[in-house]
Amino acid sequence: MRRDRNRWLAATAIAFFVFLYLPIAVLILFSFNDSKRNFLWRGFTLKWYPTLFANDALIQALTVSLQVAVISVVVATVLGTLLGLGIARLRSGAAGGASDMLLLLPMVTPEIVMGVSLLLFFAQLFDGHGSIWQISIAHVTFSISYVAIIVRARAVSLDPRVEEAARDLGASPFGAFLHVTLPLVAPAVAAGALIAFALSIDDLIVTTFNAGVGSSTLPLYIYSRIRFGVTPEINAISTIVVAVTAVAMLVAWRAGAFGGRRARSGILG
Amino acid sequence: MAVGAAATPTPPSVTNSEGDAAFASARPTPDDVRMADREGSRPEIVLSRLTKRYGDVCAVDDVSLEISHGEFFSLLGPSGCGKTTTLRMIGGFESPTTGTIEVAGRDVTRDPPERRPVNMVFQSYALFPHLNVFDNVAFGLRRSHVAREEVRERVAAVLALVRMEGYDRRRPDQLSGGQQQRIALARALVNRPTVLLLDEPLGALDLKLRKQLQLELKRIQQEVGITFVYVTHDQEEALTLSDRIAVMRAGKVEQLGTPETLYDSPASRFVADFIGTTNLLAGVVETVTDDDATIELVGGERCHAVAGTLAAGAAVDVSVRPEVVEILGRDGGAADIPAAFPAGDGPPGGALDGTVEQVAYLGTSVSYIVRTRGGVAVAALVPRTVGRFPAGAQVTVGWRRADALVLARAAAEEEARP
Repeated sequence: MRRDRNRWLAATAIAFFVFLYLPIAVLILFSFNDSKRNFLWRGFTLKWYPTLFANDALIQALTVSLQVAVISVVVATVLGTLLGLGIARLRSGAAGGASDMLLLLPMVTPEIVMGVSLLLFFAQLFDGHGSIWQISIAHVTFSISYVAIIVRARAVSLDPRVEEAARDLGASPFGAFLHVTLPLVAPAVAAGALIAFALSIDDLIVTTFNAGVGSSTLPLYIYSRIRFGVTPEINAISTIVVAVTAVAMLVAWRAGAFGGRRARSGILG
Repeated sequence: MAVGAAATPTPPSVTNSEGDAAFASARPTPDDVRMADREGSRPEIVLSRLTKRYGDVCAVDDVSLEISHGEFFSLLGPSGCGKTTTLRMIGGFESPTTGTIEVAGRDVTRDPPERRPVNMVFQSYALFPHLNVFDNVAFGLRRSHVAREEVRERVAAVLALVRMEGYDRRRPDQLSGGQQQRIALARALVNRPTVLLLDEPLGALDLKLRKQLQLELKRIQQEVGITFVYVTHDQEEALTLSDRIAVMRAGKVEQLGTPETLYDSPASRFVADFIGTTNLLAGVVETVTDDDATIELVGGERCHAVAGTLAAGAAVDVSVRPEVVEILGRDGGAADIPAAFPAGDGPPGGALDGTVEQVAYLGTSVSYIVRTRGGVAVAALVPRTVGRFPAGAQVTVGWRRADALVLARAAAEEEARP
């Protein structure tokens, strides 16, 4: 009986992962296909990758994506870290519960709602027509929650006496933060930053509403090209995006973002 | 406790009217808790009418204390008595609702922790987990920009003082509890504070290690010669280590004195019960003749005590330490008590007949609980060289009059707080 059940569990798990990853695997596989058409395997090639870098529109989109990612990651990480540390001090009570709600809300708000609301916000209040800055701010709004939640999870596990000890030994409030609190939450901050990066680099919906002329990001470019058919080039870019995102998530996981592995020291690993 | 003239700041309300000068010196100040036993010593810490309220709860209630330079001073009391809050206010981690704190002659009441000449050893050690032992200990020195070479020397010296040489590169999580404790102590001492504050530093350690570290703490305190303020709920620890102890209860100082004073002449039932173990026999003063008071215990039996200020009719507790109680076997007859029982100088205090209820063999001594005829349970701790009595044996317990201490029962104490 037990073995049967285990076999079913294993089969379900395998089916789940196949369902989840087979399309991506196919996409990656066909980025190495020596054919303009996607459905026939004509042999292995790497030629689509160099052609990507000859594509100015694509390079332009990639540059925008990276600029947006850098700006939004820096801003979201700084604000999210401070937010997470602040909320960690509320601990329990009504204020703690309310701030938890407000923190989680952006994570569960449908992206389309968020995108539209940001569009209206920028258009009506600032007469914005889409720009790198507008996209960056939009990305900050949804990634800040992730950073804050990860940092808070680590901060509540710290002994508040440790910070008091730093003050006792002559550190100013800022000194205690810099020399003690920050090194102790650093793994969480790094993990939060990497997740913010992964979220920013592949966001499509929110970006669609906030991009303007000349500020198309890589996902927007890919989406626009798909209307003319899926080419191996698209497969190749997508493969790169998948790889970069996967690496970011892996490093974040190693740093303890998901509570799996507690980093012992201040610095990563 | 006498009031030291040099160490007593005269209350301003009195100095205003010059005619009251003589009266002022004669009248006990409201905070009659000063250190005057040590001549010429200046107070290192002065707490004046310190109060801390959290909403309706008064954690520390109008505490005034003076602690001398070089003193090992303990705040002792059950949990929730305000001892840790008092310590944290001295350290600067809580700000008092009212009252002032002076350290080394300077008012530090509103100073943040980093600007006070005190350092703290936390109960949880609070070592920095991301730094190794050396960097932990050097933390305070680096904050005050001590030169690199001097940092190295001072850290090495303090690690030698706490006997942790060679552990520089270890991380806190690679150390045992006792070792972490030593590092926490070194990290505080290396800054050469005027006062070292210790918040139940040995609370998390097992008994044997605690005993060993108690001796080391005492040695270190004598070597560095700075003032220690020590918070503990362990009365034995406080008695072992302290020069003076303030017994706290419900935010107030119940009694202040040397370990001997607290043990031999507790001022209240609470202190008598909290410091060591004692028999507290409830009764009423029946008659007073000269210096002898006859007390009728609850069960109807009588005993004697030094009268002092007692008056007939007062409700009292007679405190008798188990180790002064003597025990004598009776083979059925009640009349064969020798005249010299209990042995020793001075008149006898009490001799009660009863039955052994419990016997516990404690190695060098034997502990008995004897139920007297009047129904009172009396604990006795006798050397094992005295004969042994089994449970159920008919015995007489007795003590000398001078060994019994009579504690007047305050009206409020009738409804003894838990």
